[in-house]
Amino acid sequence: MRFRLTDDQRALRDGVRGLLARRFDGAALRTAADAPGLDRSLWRELGAAGFFALRLPERDGGVGLGLPETVLAFEEAGRVLLPGPLVATHLAAGKVAGAAGGETVVTAVLGGLVEWLAGADVVQGDAEGAVPLRSVDPLTPVHRVPRVPKFSRRVAEAAGVPVPPAVADGADAVSRAGAAATDAGGVSGAGAAATDAGGVSGAWAVTGADGVSGAGAAVTGAGGVSGAGGVSGAGGVSEVDVVTGVDPVAVLLTAAEQLGTAGRTCELAVQHARTREQFGRPIGAFQAVKHLCAGMLVRTEVARAAVYAAAVTVEPADIAAARLLADEAAVRGARDCLQVHGGMGFTWESEVHLHLKRAWVRARRCGAVTESEELLAADLLA
Amino acid sequence: MDLAHTPEEEEFRVRLREWLAKVLPALPPKPSPDDWPARRAYDLGWQRMLHDAGYAGLHWPVDAGGRGATPTQHLIFLEETEKAGAPYVGANFVGLLHAGPTIAAEGTAAQRARWLPPVLRGEEVWCQGFSEPDAGSDLAALRTRARRDGDHYVVNGSKIWTSHAEVADWCELLVRTDPDAPRHRGITWLAMPMDAPGITVRPLRTLAGSAEFAEVFLDDVRVPVANRVGDENDGWRVTMVTLSFERGTAFVGEVVACRRVLAELAVAARQNGHWDDPVLRRRLGRLNAEFRALWRLTQWNVSEAEASGGGTGGGGVPGVGGSVFKLRYSHARQELYDAAADVLGPDSLDLDRPWVLDRLSALSYTIAAGTSQIQRNIVAERILGLPKGR
Repeated sequence: MRFRLTDDQRALRDGVRGLLARRFDGAALRTAADAPGLDRSLWRELGAAGFFALRLPERDGGVGLGLPETVLAFEEAGRVLLPGPLVATHLAAGKVAGAAGGETVVTAVLGGLVEWLAGADVVQGDAEGAVPLRSVDPLTPVHRVPRVPKFSRRVAEAAGVPVPPAVADGADAVSRAGAAATDAGGVSGAGAAATDAGGVSGAWAVTGADGVSGAGAAVTGAGGVSGAGGVSGAGGVSEVDVVTGVDPVAVLLTAAEQLGTAGRTCELAVQHARTREQFGRPIGAFQAVKHLCAGMLVRTEVARAAVYAAAVTVEPADIAAARLLADEAAVRGARDCLQVHGGMGFTWESEVHLHLKRAWVRARRCGAVTESEELLAADLLA
Repeated sequence: MDLAHTPEEEEFRVRLREWLAKVLPALPPKPSPDDWPARRAYDLGWQRMLHDAGYAGLHWPVDAGGRGATPTQHLIFLEETEKAGAPYVGANFVGLLHAGPTIAAEGTAAQRARWLPPVLRGEEVWCQGFSEPDAGSDLAALRTRARRDGDHYVVNGSKIWTSHAEVADWCELLVRTDPDAPRHRGITWLAMPMDAPGITVRPLRTLAGSAEFAEVFLDDVRVPVANRVGDENDGWRVTMVTLSFERGTAFVGEVVACRRVLAELAVAARQNGHWDDPVLRRRLGRLNAEFRALWRLTQWNVSEAEASGGGTGGGGVPGVGGSVFKLRYSHARQELYDAAADVLGPDSLDLDRPWVLDRLSALSYTIAAGTSQIQRNIVAERILGLPKGR
């Protein structure tokens, strides 16, 4: 067992950190917060550095690395609050022309939300009728999609994706509940089924209940072409008893970004606590402040172990666990960091609020937290 | 970064599993929690079985009589014994996990030869004489005095919260040998025989109702100078070695047990209908995330220890990372048994039901081996580098 970073992985992490420090430092973040917009040249630089093509095989022009390396890169992106639909573009590499090289910016409908809808060249999923929100995060424009992408056990079976018996119960309940069913138990069914089938993207990519009940032409989704084929072939599928489906890799990479925020906000808090003086001493000497910082580190380290392990196992329950712990570490970390900064933390000038707001956006990105909790609950009975 | 085991590690697991399947059915029934002599005999008996099968001191260095196993093998050992329902270290806890490793790291050749083999063979039980009524979390405030009298120390004072004191043969005892020195610099680490004249042990009842630990009164107890581990007045450094063992490795096997309990809770909840409550169900789901992550953190720490040549197998000392784990784990354990109470409903008030006593004993986890508040100070000062303060 060598559950630690290899030298190559350290080098990769340091390389990404160096690139981002040069290309998107604190000043750039501040500028972007005041005048948001997608920096196409930065996007192309990321592409040239292989950020989007990390998992693409070398024969296809990619870097040929795995999920653990990708997670490290996304953690770094999360640390510096790199803006843009990074996850969707990464997932589109090799499937959408230009995505791997950063020439084409791809976004996706993820759990009823779509980020950077207007700024992207290609949209994965059904974004029809999307409504713009006045985004809480100045760096992440968000649209809400009226029709949540759906996926059901019945669709999975029609697509030839086996559903493990342990999770079939939950999915059955969803079927019975009918069209309005959004029981997250069914999500776990779909996710587990998809992963077990080895065709993660395939099964999860079936989006849009309308597409399924129709001719199947509307079945799109991030790289789920193989799954879609199965569905469109099964013309008899007319059920709309379906639930949300999000690519588990998108969940994991989002968790990696959250981990980046958790680590960064812990550092910012500690830096401030060491230098800011009140009552004649650094505030970090006060136990109340010390304990806030210790809590941040503990949450970060627990989340790190969960995220890295999920990158190795790619098990749905591990990914769901990584998501829950990384969300907690990021959101509470940013909040506590703001608290340590006191009144300064409540100003626009401090970058702390940007971390908190981005953490909130990411926590909503891949469906509800309750879905991950339900998946993990179902896992206990598996 | 991987979680795969080597063929040797897998072979080790298979052999261990086979051995456990063979010996566990023949074990005598577990004694009552209040019957200390029976518990001592039971725990020592299990240690002897481990010794005879070559599993004693798995994580100890070879020159200390251990097996010099890799930290990963130790992890597999804890995982498999827990999964198979094997006895926990019990009364051998202090000897195997704190005192033994400390003597292995800091003791002389003669001390190692005298004290380590009986621990491994399941012949002697140790207890921990650290805490005092006025020196719990503030351990360096301890007042128990030892003055030199020829080749002996004469010890006076008292200790409290001493687990297994009633049935222990030896006590890892901290005493103040220089009352005039700064408080961290006047402490010495002694191995005290529990049958020495002048020792009185008075059992203390815990809130769980059982006599889990004791007060120990020391009245002119003579301890040979030869029983001193480390230099005189250098006991604080030796103690830090002991404590890092306590925090770094002592709880590892319990995470596996918690994961088993959690799965049992889910089954129980489905049987009694509470599973239909989405709030409870999701809470169990969250606990699943928690204990999965704690297990992964354990694997991470073990891998790091192995790579740095540290960890227990190489005789190295675990780092302060143990504080991170201990902090999170001790709270998670309490949340687990609180969830158990909600699965049980009104039955959670019945001491005869499973998990109810566990819920009570879990209350000690955020206090024992350094309170959560002390652990947070350690994390803040030693890992994050924040200034010392109060």
